[in-house]
Amino acid sequence: MQNPASEPSRRGSMMTDPKVRAWVFQILAIGAVLGIGWYLFHNTQANLAQRGITSGFAFLNNPAGFGILQSLIDYTEGDTYGRVFVVGLLNTLLVSVLGIFIATIVGFVVGVARLSPNWLISRLAALYIEIFRNIPPLLQIFFWYFAVLRAMPPPRDSHALGETVFLNIRGLYLPSPTPAEGFWAFIVALVIAIAGCVALARWARVRHENTGRYFPVLWASLGILVVVPALFALVAGSPFHWSVPELTGFNFRGGWVVIPELVAITLALSIYTAAFIAEIVRAGIQAVSHGQTEAARSLGLRPGHILRLVIIPQALRVIIPPLTSQYLNLVKNSSLAAAIGYPDLVSVFAGTVLNQTGQAIETIAITMSVYLAISLSISLLMNWYNKRIALVER
Amino acid sequence: MKTVKTTLASVAALAALGLSVPASAGTTLDAVVKKGYVQCGVSDGLPGFSYTDQKGTFLGIDVDVCRAVAAAVFGDAAKVRFTPLTAKERFTALQSGEVDILSRNTTWTSTRDAGLGLSFTGVTYYDGQGFLVSTKLGVKSAKELDGAAVCIQAGTTTELNLSDYFRSNNLKYTPITYDRSDETVKALEAGRCDVLTSDQSQLYAQRIKLANPDGYIVLPEVISKEPLGPVVRRGDDEWFAIVRWALFAQINAEELGVTSANVEQLAKSSTNPDVRRLLGAEGEYGKDLRLPKDWAVKIVKQVGNYGEMFERNVGQGSELKIERGLNALWNKGGLQYAPPVR
Amino acid sequence: MSTHVFKPDLPPPTLSVGVVGWLRANLFSNWFNTLLTALALYLIWVTVPPLIQWAFLDATWSGSTRSDCAPGGACWVFIQNRFAQFMYGFYPQGLRWRVDLTVILAVAGAAPLFVKAMPRKLVYGLAYLLVYPWLAFWLLHGGPGLEVVPTSQWGGLMLTLVIAVVGIAGAMPLGVLLALGRRSDMPAIRVICVTFIEFWRGVPLITVLFMSSVMLPLFLPEQITIDKLLRALIAVILFEAAYIAEVVRGGLQAIPKGQYEAAGALGLGYWRMMGLVILPQALKLVIPGIVNTFIALFKDTSLVIIIGLFDLFNSIHQATVDPAWLGFAIEGYVFAALVYWIFCFGMSRYSMRLERRLHTGHKR
Repeated sequence: MQNPASEPSRRGSMMTDPKVRAWVFQILAIGAVLGIGWYLFHNTQANLAQRGITSGFAFLNNPAGFGILQSLIDYTEGDTYGRVFVVGLLNTLLVSVLGIFIATIVGFVVGVARLSPNWLISRLAALYIEIFRNIPPLLQIFFWYFAVLRAMPPPRDSHALGETVFLNIRGLYLPSPTPAEGFWAFIVALVIAIAGCVALARWARVRHENTGRYFPVLWASLGILVVVPALFALVAGSPFHWSVPELTGFNFRGGWVVIPELVAITLALSIYTAAFIAEIVRAGIQAVSHGQTEAARSLGLRPGHILRLVIIPQALRVIIPPLTSQYLNLVKNSSLAAAIGYPDLVSVFAGTVLNQTGQAIETIAITMSVYLAISLSISLLMNWYNKRIALVER
Repeated sequence: MKTVKTTLASVAALAALGLSVPASAGTTLDAVVKKGYVQCGVSDGLPGFSYTDQKGTFLGIDVDVCRAVAAAVFGDAAKVRFTPLTAKERFTALQSGEVDILSRNTTWTSTRDAGLGLSFTGVTYYDGQGFLVSTKLGVKSAKELDGAAVCIQAGTTTELNLSDYFRSNNLKYTPITYDRSDETVKALEAGRCDVLTSDQSQLYAQRIKLANPDGYIVLPEVISKEPLGPVVRRGDDEWFAIVRWALFAQINAEELGVTSANVEQLAKSSTNPDVRRLLGAEGEYGKDLRLPKDWAVKIVKQVGNYGEMFERNVGQGSELKIERGLNALWNKGGLQYAPPVR
Repeated sequence: MSTHVFKPDLPPPTLSVGVVGWLRANLFSNWFNTLLTALALYLIWVTVPPLIQWAFLDATWSGSTRSDCAPGGACWVFIQNRFAQFMYGFYPQGLRWRVDLTVILAVAGAAPLFVKAMPRKLVYGLAYLLVYPWLAFWLLHGGPGLEVVPTSQWGGLMLTLVIAVVGIAGAMPLGVLLALGRRSDMPAIRVICVTFIEFWRGVPLITVLFMSSVMLPLFLPEQITIDKLLRALIAVILFEAAYIAEVVRGGLQAIPKGQYEAAGALGLGYWRMMGLVILPQALKLVIPGIVNTFIALFKDTSLVIIIGLFDLFNSIHQATVDPAWLGFAIEGYVFAALVYWIFCFGMSRYSMRLERRLHTGHKR
């Protein structure tokens, strides 16, 4: 056998040196990626130029000229495509936030129910999970939209709740508040109340650390939040006028309307995602060993405190990472709204605007980058939170 | 690693099967002749314009426009393949060469003609936007539609006209948009919206899709100009001319009284110089278009003249029963006018 | 001397055994539980009987038109009537045996792989993987000796399966390469792979499908056109590869470092180390994860409705719009849900069983 040490580079072609090889390999890879990128770019350029297709982002400043069903900011047909983009984005965020909120609550409830000692409840929870996570979300959206909400009555035969809330095929009509004379007093009261709650929480924590006694912060805070603004409102007058929806002509006017498209997509996505969250929660709670519960009990903690102070903080560590990816999935799935005409980003921007301007590359690129940005920010946020609650090794 | 290479090779080969690379990078006509058929982009289901029957055969005016081109090029109207396209895909499909002609009830506008690298070859159907409402509403005119919820197909010119019309008349409306036209119909039927707006021709087509067509009426107002026509890629004048003249031949044929029944006989025996020129009995007019001499004969024989095509698909011979109206010949009070063959 | 004879044990109190005991322990252990039980029973009472009434008792099972359907119950006639279309789409009637044959061959060909005692499984598996796709393509699409059926006529469950299976089969090799790249020592490779993976994982499949249908044609040189289905498949493969890569990465991370070092000590190069030592172990670990990705993909195939392909879901949705069968959307959706559910639930059970069987000590 040869001794490699005595004969340094006998077969010493450069390629046998792992370092050199790594460099060559990486340069090749970068070259390939750049090559492919350039090839696609070049083709696109050539195609656009040859066929005389307009390109660039100037279209964002052109007037859109079409109406949008639901807009969280002021929008009229004369506004620009740029504003259409913002409207779509906000609608996407609305669905995402609502969906995440509801899915989390339902998911936690079902997840805990899955572990309930009550046989029936745990079976029902299992049934819920197995049914809803195995049916495509798009189908669920269609089911809610086309099969359930389409069966609502026409505006003239609305289900009414005390002449202020109406439900029909066009949506759920709620009275909407507009600022009245007491509005500013109300805002001031709210700020004071929130400040009071923060101070209370801090005081309670200090007291707990010093004396070991608990103070029911949550209930007290809720009390403050209700009582202080109510007192101010009594003194300064009602903070809001309520605009009540009224049936005029074909439709209800005034008030807020929750459109059925929003309801369908939010319901479907929440129910679908909640099934996954429930499984995550179950796994998370089961991951906390039973010894922890027993130890806590032997310390004399009450069941509520065991759950809140011992089980949940530990379970959260297991729960958070997969929960994050479920949140991301929900945000991405909100793009399915396009299928039922809810004016989200994909529907109005990657759909209507693309069609009106014909600038496919620009609109799709913008849409994709928005989703990337949202995904990235949720990941960052959840990573930060995850780090905050991570086990501190002592 | 041998297996890796084999796998890669098979993947590449498999991909190659799906990719079809027409060998000639020449003109569209050459490419079409070489592959042996015209690839035509049509709508994904609109009675009268482009729809499939039980057997999956495509029928309709938009379909016939492509069949006429195939008849002119190959002498056989059957040498055409159809690609159903959504409103969203249609322009890219044409721009990228996926289809040779886009004949999909597409409105001719300046942006589309100039900014998208496309050229409209003519007008197969002069349309205008109208409103379809339930008779239960008791509405007689579009002016009474203040506050209505309106169903529209997303990304069409209709969407823009609608907002123009309501704004200029100081009316309010709620737009309910769907990607596909059949969904707008479904929504109207369910009562999600009060009004359905679309090109009038489509309204008639969609009305027969309703469970109770008599419960709905088309309002008299026409709020826009919607000239619908076939589209080709810009920059290939030869192909542009063929598609344009295939339609003109049909219109000229109607004007000259040439029908699918008498075309062969007229080609032999007609003494009218216009007819003789059109049908190739006199002169070599097809040659300029790089088409056979009897190109127009084939079109009229296999597809019919414009009038026949109209009546068969959307007129009295169809379920839609649309009047000729604007689409009558210019000498009969309509707008259909074709330059002469000479 | 008398021996002490134990008396036989008394039976447990009647209230803690049998049905009664079980009920007490599981349903009525305290007032809160009792309340929950009552609530659950109420929920069941409200939903189940009407459902059974609608789906079975009042349902119409035979007939040929909508007028045969009794009001108030489900109209399964609608499903029956359109069943062939839901399964095959517009695939020509006379040629549907080809689809059936493809499926039968797939099942028959893959069956030996699930027999534990089968010898030379690996060789057989590889041969199967190399031969079957060609055979399936030839059968479905046609070609030498068979009439060509353009992909525009493919549809129904068949198309759903094609997209899902081709999607996962195409995504596997790419995903494994990406996972290896992500764990590579070479920073450039790592950056490229991470960017690729995070990009596809960050965007919704809908936009990817849009991209494939409206942008891909502009990316390619003029005169190259790609079949609509193939475009969708490319999109699905790229998208799924990123997810597979993450699953496989999990498997790679679970392999103890000793395995790498041992392989290195034996003088194996990178590819041999990966191919012979690491990947076989890692892939085995992540089979359940891959099945789960496949389930997700199977559900996601329903999105091709957005780009106008007629998969199972779109076929059903289209049928509900047909004026001859208006008003049976619920039946259609329920049927669609049932089909998807059977596939997904079946696969998830299978994945759980695998997980238990493969639990060979590497985990945790």
